[in-house]
Amino acid sequence: MTSILAVDDSPSMRMLLRSALVSQGFVVSEAEDGVAALAWLENNAPTLLITDINMPRLDGFGLIEAVRAQPRFRDMPILVLSTESSAEKKAIARRAGATGWIVKPFDTEKLAAAVRRVTH
Amino acid sequence: MTGDEIQQIFFQECDEGLSAAEAGLLLCQAGAQDEETINTIFRAVHSIKGGAGAFGFAALQSFTHHFETVLDRVRSDELALTPAVLATLLAAFDTLADHVTAIRGQDAAPDDAAILARLQSLARARDASPADTAAPIPPAPATMPDAGFDLDALLAGLNAAALPGRPPWRVIVRPEAAALAGGSEPLLLLRELKAIGGRIVDVDTGAVPDLDRFDADGAYLAWTFEVPGAAEKAAIAEIFDFIADDCAVSITAADEDMDGVCPSDADTADAVSGAAALPAPALDEVAAAAVETVPPAPPTGLVAERRGAERRAQDAQTIRVDLDKLDRLVNLVGELVITQSMLSQRLLMRGLGSIDELGDLDHLTRELQDSAMSIRAQPVRWVFSRVPRIVRELEASTGKRVRLEVEGEATELDKTVIERIGEPLTHLIRNAVDHGIEDPARRIAAGKPAEGRLRLSAEHRGGRILIIVSDDGAGIDRTRVLAKAVEKGIVAPDARLSDEEIDHLIFAPGFSTAQQVSNISGRGVGMDVVKQNVLALGGRISIQSVPGRGSTFTLALPLTLAILDGMIVSVADQTYIIPLTHIVESLRPAAGAVKSMGNGQHVLNVRGTYLPVLAVAEQLAIGASSPDPSSAVLIVVETEVHGQAVLMVDAINDQRQVVIKSLETHYRQIDGVAGATILGDGRVALILDVESLVAHRAAGADRIAA
Repeated sequence: MTSILAVDDSPSMRMLLRSALVSQGFVVSEAEDGVAALAWLENNAPTLLITDINMPRLDGFGLIEAVRAQPRFRDMPILVLSTESSAEKKAIARRAGATGWIVKPFDTEKLAAAVRRVTH
Repeated sequence: MTGDEIQQIFFQECDEGLSAAEAGLLLCQAGAQDEETINTIFRAVHSIKGGAGAFGFAALQSFTHHFETVLDRVRSDELALTPAVLATLLAAFDTLADHVTAIRGQDAAPDDAAILARLQSLARARDASPADTAAPIPPAPATMPDAGFDLDALLAGLNAAALPGRPPWRVIVRPEAAALAGGSEPLLLLRELKAIGGRIVDVDTGAVPDLDRFDADGAYLAWTFEVPGAAEKAAIAEIFDFIADDCAVSITAADEDMDGVCPSDADTADAVSGAAALPAPALDEVAAAAVETVPPAPPTGLVAERRGAERRAQDAQTIRVDLDKLDRLVNLVGELVITQSMLSQRLLMRGLGSIDELGDLDHLTRELQDSAMSIRAQPVRWVFSRVPRIVRELEASTGKRVRLEVEGEATELDKTVIERIGEPLTHLIRNAVDHGIEDPARRIAAGKPAEGRLRLSAEHRGGRILIIVSDDGAGIDRTRVLAKAVEKGIVAPDARLSDEEIDHLIFAPGFSTAQQVSNISGRGVGMDVVKQNVLALGGRISIQSVPGRGSTFTLALPLTLAILDGMIVSVADQTYIIPLTHIVESLRPAAGAVKSMGNGQHVLNVRGTYLPVLAVAEQLAIGASSPDPSSAVLIVVETEVHGQAVLMVDAINDQRQVVIKSLETHYRQIDGVAGATILGDGRVALILDVESLVAHRAAGADRIAA
C-alpha cells in the first residue's frame, strides 16, 4: 500500500491531488504547509511525500531539507509539485534532497506513473 | 467531491486570496510593507495561478503569471516598490478581481491589455539579467494568448549568445524510446534549453522506424542544441540533473568535436544521469495537461495548528449546501419554536409548567435555533471587501485623497442582510467621499491633513449589528440642507427644526444637496433609497454630524430576519408584540406623572425629561378611546431617528422569542406594523413597528392606520 502525504496550502489543489491519487489506488494524507507536514510526519511515515513550493510558514524547500535531515526519511522519495519550472528552482529543490519535479497543472495518469516509478 | 465542487472551493480560495492580496497591498500603500507582506501577496497570486491552470482558466492563468512575475521581482528586491510600481500593482489587483469574477461566469473577461503592458514593462525593467527574464516559464505557454512576452525573454537570452567569449555549448538530447511511456515529457526539457538561449541546430530522425513498427507513444528523435557560451555548463547540466536515466544527454563545447554526429549512449562525452546523485530514483518532469473530471473522494485531511484564528478560520473544512435546504431548515426550526412555546403554554395551564423536561426542551430549542441561524450567518467581510476598490476609484475620479480604515470584518450577519446591504453601503461610502471629505486644498486650509479619513466598522451591540461609516470631512451643511428642504417643500418655511432633524432631512424622498449632480453619488439614487433599503431589512439608520469635523452614519441591522425577542402586550383586547430591541423600560405611572398637553396629547416625565405618550390603541385606531394613562402600562421605547417616546398599552403579558412572518407576503404592508407571528395558543399577533409609530407621531399625524 502506497501512502502519500500531499502538502499544499491551497485546499482545492489538495483536493485535486487527493482525488487524482485516490483514484489511482493510493492512500493520501494532507497537510497545508511545511510546518503542518512536519508535525504530521512526527507520528507517521508515508511511502512518498509530494509538496508544493510556495507555502506560508515553511515553504517546500525548507520542508524537504527538514525531512531529509531526519535519518528515517533518508530514502523516502520526495516529489515537488509546482507551477514553477525554472532550472534555478529545480536546482535548489534537488540540493535540498527532492527526488523529482512535477509541473502543475498535472495529469492524473502521468502523476500516477511518476509516483509508481519513484515508489516501485 | 466532484470536479465541480472542487472548482467551487477554488473560487472561494480566489476570494480569500484576493482579500489577502488586497490587505497586503494596502499595507504597502500605507508604507508598512515588510518581506512577509510581499510574500503574502505573492503567494495569493501564485495560488490563484496554480488553480487557474488546473481548472483551465487560460486568461486568468496568463494574467496571474505576469502579475506574479512582477511580484517575484519585488520579492527578490530586483524591483523597488516605488509609488508608481505600487499603483501598477493595485491596478493589476483590480483587474485580477475582475478576472476572478469572470471565471465565475458573472461577467465577461476584463480587457487587460493596458495593465498587462504595464506589468510587462515592470517585468523587464532595469537590471534584468538573462537568467531572470528566462524564469519562470509558464506551465502551458502554448495555450497562452500573449506568449509574445515570453518570446521577448527568449530573445533576451539569445542576445547573450552574441557576447564574445566562450564558444557555444553543443547539447545533444536523446530520449529513450520508452521515455514518453514512463511519464516523461522531453518537450519541457527542450523548452528549458531554449529558455537559457539554446536553439535547435539539428534533429536526428534516423531512429524513426517504419510505419508498421511505429509506436505512437515512442520517442524516436534526438535533438542537437547550441547553447550560448555565456551559459555555465553546470546550469545546462542542472536542467538534466533532475530527470531519470531514460534520456541520454551530452554537453560539449561546440568547437571540440563531432560535426553532425549524434553519439550513442556509449560514447556520450559527458552524460548526465539524474539518478546517480539522488537518494531515491530520479524522475523527470511530468507533462502539463489539464486535469479532467475527478472521481469522488472524501475530503479528510490533516488539520494542523493554525495561525491567526480569524483569517485562517476560512480555511477550516467547509461543506457547501443548497440555500433552499438551509431556508427550509430555518423555517422548520421556526415552526418548532412556535410549537414548543404552544406546548409549554398548555402544560403551564394544566399546572405542569415546572417539570424539568420542559425547561430542557426550551433550552434545546433555543440552541437549535441559534445554530440554525448561525448557519446562515456570514462575515461582513464579503461586503466590506468591495469597499477599498470603490474608494480607490473615487479617489481617482474626484482627486480627493482618502485613507480607508476597516474594522470588524469578521462580524457575522444573516446572509440575506449581507446580500442586501451592499448597495446602501456603497452609496454611503460614495456619499462620504463625494460630499463629506473635502479636496486636499480645502482640507489643508481648514487645518486638517490633506488625506481624508474614512472609517468603516462593524460590531455586535445589543442584539443588533452596527455598521458605521464615518468621515472626517466637512459635516452636513445644515443651512444649505434646510434651505433646500424648504425649496423642495419638504418642510414649511417657518419650521423650527433641531440640528438632528435637519440632518435627517437628507433621507427625505427627492432630496439631493449636491450643487450639481456629480457622476458619483448622483445616479438617480438618493439617500432616501438608502434609508428605505435599510428599513426594509428591519434596520435603522442614524446620523451624527459635526460641522467641520465630519459625519457618522450608523446602520443598526437585525442579526436575523426570522426571529425577534418581543414583549407581548395587550391593547384593547388585541395582542401585539413590541420588539425588545426598542424597549428601554416599562412602568406603571405614579399619579400625576402623565401630564396632559391639553390637545389630547400627553407627556410623561421620565427622570426630568418629558417624553411624548402614544396610546397604541389610538395610533392603530383599534380602541374607541384611550384608557386613562394613570391606569395603563407605559413602555419607554428608544428609536434610532426620533429618540425616546412612551407607548401606552393595557397590559404586559409575556416576553419571548417570536418567529417573524411577513405580513406583506400574506396580506399587505401596514404602517406601524412590522409583521406578524403565531403565538403559543395559536393566535396571530401583529408585531409593532415602533420606529414608524413614533415617526408618525413626530410628524404630527394623529393616526396612521385608518
